[in-house]
Amino acid sequence: MPAREKIYGLLAEFDTPEELVRAARQARSDGWRRMDCYTPYPVEEAAEAIGAHANHVPLITLIGGILGGSSIFALCWWISVVAYPINVGGRPLNSWPAFIVPAFEWTILCAGVSAGLGMLALNKLPEFYHPLFNATNFRRGATTDKFFLCLEARDPKFEREEAKNYLERFHPNSVVEVER
Amino acid sequence: MANDETKIRAANVDAGIDQATGSFSVIAPGQSFLSVTEKIVRIVLTPRTPAGWFALFSVAGGGVVVLMAALAWLFIKGTGIWAVTQPTAWGLAIVNFVWWIGIGHAGTLISAILLLFRQRWRNSISRFAEAMTIFAVVCAGLFPVIHLGRPWLAYWLFPLPFTMQVWPQLRSPLMWDVFAVATYAVISLLFWYVGMVPDLATMRDHAQSKFAQYFYGLLALGWRGSTRHWVRYESASLLLAGLATPLVLSVHTVISFDFAVSVLPGWHSTIFPPYFVAGAIYSGMAMVLTLAIPLRKFYHLENFVTARHIDNMGKVMLAAGLIVAYGYVMEAFMSWYSASHWEAFAYWNRLFGPMGWSYWVLIVCNLVIPLTALWWRKLRANLAFMFCLSIVINVGMWFERFVIVVTSLHRDFLPSSWGTYRATRWDYLTYLGTIALFVFLFLLFVRLLPMVPIHEMRAMLPAAKVKAEEAGD
Repeated sequence: MPAREKIYGLLAEFDTPEELVRAARQARSDGWRRMDCYTPYPVEEAAEAIGAHANHVPLITLIGGILGGSSIFALCWWISVVAYPINVGGRPLNSWPAFIVPAFEWTILCAGVSAGLGMLALNKLPEFYHPLFNATNFRRGATTDKFFLCLEARDPKFEREEAKNYLERFHPNSVVEVER
Repeated sequence: MANDETKIRAANVDAGIDQATGSFSVIAPGQSFLSVTEKIVRIVLTPRTPAGWFALFSVAGGGVVVLMAALAWLFIKGTGIWAVTQPTAWGLAIVNFVWWIGIGHAGTLISAILLLFRQRWRNSISRFAEAMTIFAVVCAGLFPVIHLGRPWLAYWLFPLPFTMQVWPQLRSPLMWDVFAVATYAVISLLFWYVGMVPDLATMRDHAQSKFAQYFYGLLALGWRGSTRHWVRYESASLLLAGLATPLVLSVHTVISFDFAVSVLPGWHSTIFPPYFVAGAIYSGMAMVLTLAIPLRKFYHLENFVTARHIDNMGKVMLAAGLIVAYGYVMEAFMSWYSASHWEAFAYWNRLFGPMGWSYWVLIVCNLVIPLTALWWRKLRANLAFMFCLSIVINVGMWFERFVIVVTSLHRDFLPSSWGTYRATRWDYLTYLGTIALFVFLFLLFVRLLPMVPIHEMRAMLPAAKVKAEEAGD
């Protein structure tokens, strides 16, 4: 259906988070799945309303931390025992308590970098072009003071006129078609 | 006299104080999402830069030129232009290093530890406190590198495979330092930037000029406020805060190991790690106040940085200062209780030796003045007083590091190896140069980036809470 591919979705603008959350909850219970909310600050209720639970950031952070810490500990051991052994006051070459400090720091470094970059990667950022930026009211309001619900065209229920009428029921400020 | 009283009262009139009840609030009433956004965005996206900014910027820029000259001369002549020699092989460079890195700690404290404790008042000061951390770490990181003697080989500090098969000594606290400070710099920068991404998107959407749109657009990475993104964003912020908390406590601990792991009397002490961390928070909070009070005035941020912030920071400083005082008392106690002749002499030398004056400066600046004044709420709410006090504490904390580094080193075990220490003009110029560099970077930050986290301010407004009944629960 070529007509469907031309638009990204329908975007409803609200003034308050309550209106947005009510609309999003209703839409989800009415069977909409391909949708997203856009808010100028994190609104937990909106995330619950659209069922956005998948969050692998903690797992990535854990893996990053374990890999970072264990690899630097292994490097310390290898340097001190194998590559460049120096006898300092008769202490054992594998003086592992001293290696805990670099390992601790590197655990935090790798875990933190994994958390930050992992979050961006899972969000598919940087993404400098997005169809939503075509909507002028989105550019004006989404990062300032407006709350948006977008029903996306790839949802199997999506039918342009029907979806538009559906969104109008929630009394949004406006419903606009977002071009691809 | 009456005039003075009215002045004090006028200074206390604050948007965050309810005049009727006298209670403090974090954010002044009557703000909306739009007003908060525009207030902060307009500070940056204005065609008119205040003349005062240019004046300060040129002074700071001049200071950076002085720093460059001092460093150029250092690289030409070597560290001999400083006063570092035996027995005082660690001079002002290390004093400044410890001082700067300590200042950085308050930024992470505010942004990470207070976030975990759900102290929401931190939100409006967290961004520039984090910026302060990064610029302080920049200044701090400079000193060990230029102190190396051959700074162009600084990369040898890292365990890299191309240093002619010479590997760093990983049992040395000086190497631990490299790991701690490098991690601290990277994590602080990341935390700061991740926290700023949604605000950079706001800047992008409010920018009028093409250049500003591209500039902030690139930095904002295409952020569009999707709820799915926010979920991951919040979780990453929380994790970064959770990771930065043990990190910030470990960094100054590791720096204190530089001293405490050695056997020098006056350094060889188990109280050093907690006492260094408390001192770091003490001086860092003072620096936040030094920056926050003028910023609030010049950029009219009274609605966001309220008297409650200043009051709370005063309380944190009081707590940290008391721990520092405990550290001083324990040092004195241990020098007697240890029954070590060397320890006792090191302490006596600290108080009454040729450089004893520096100890008394630190006692007056760190203990006598702040720890008596900060108990009074009236004084904590007095901005002019708090500004002066923050400078006094920073001077005191600089002298604390001076006392630890110099007075311990200049008279060690053997009287035949005793010496003295008198910093040269290049020592002082380098130190003043880093202060200028810090101000220079901070002014650029204030001019180009949103200095208050806008999305966190929005989330703090009463309208931000989703009221359950209206949302159809």
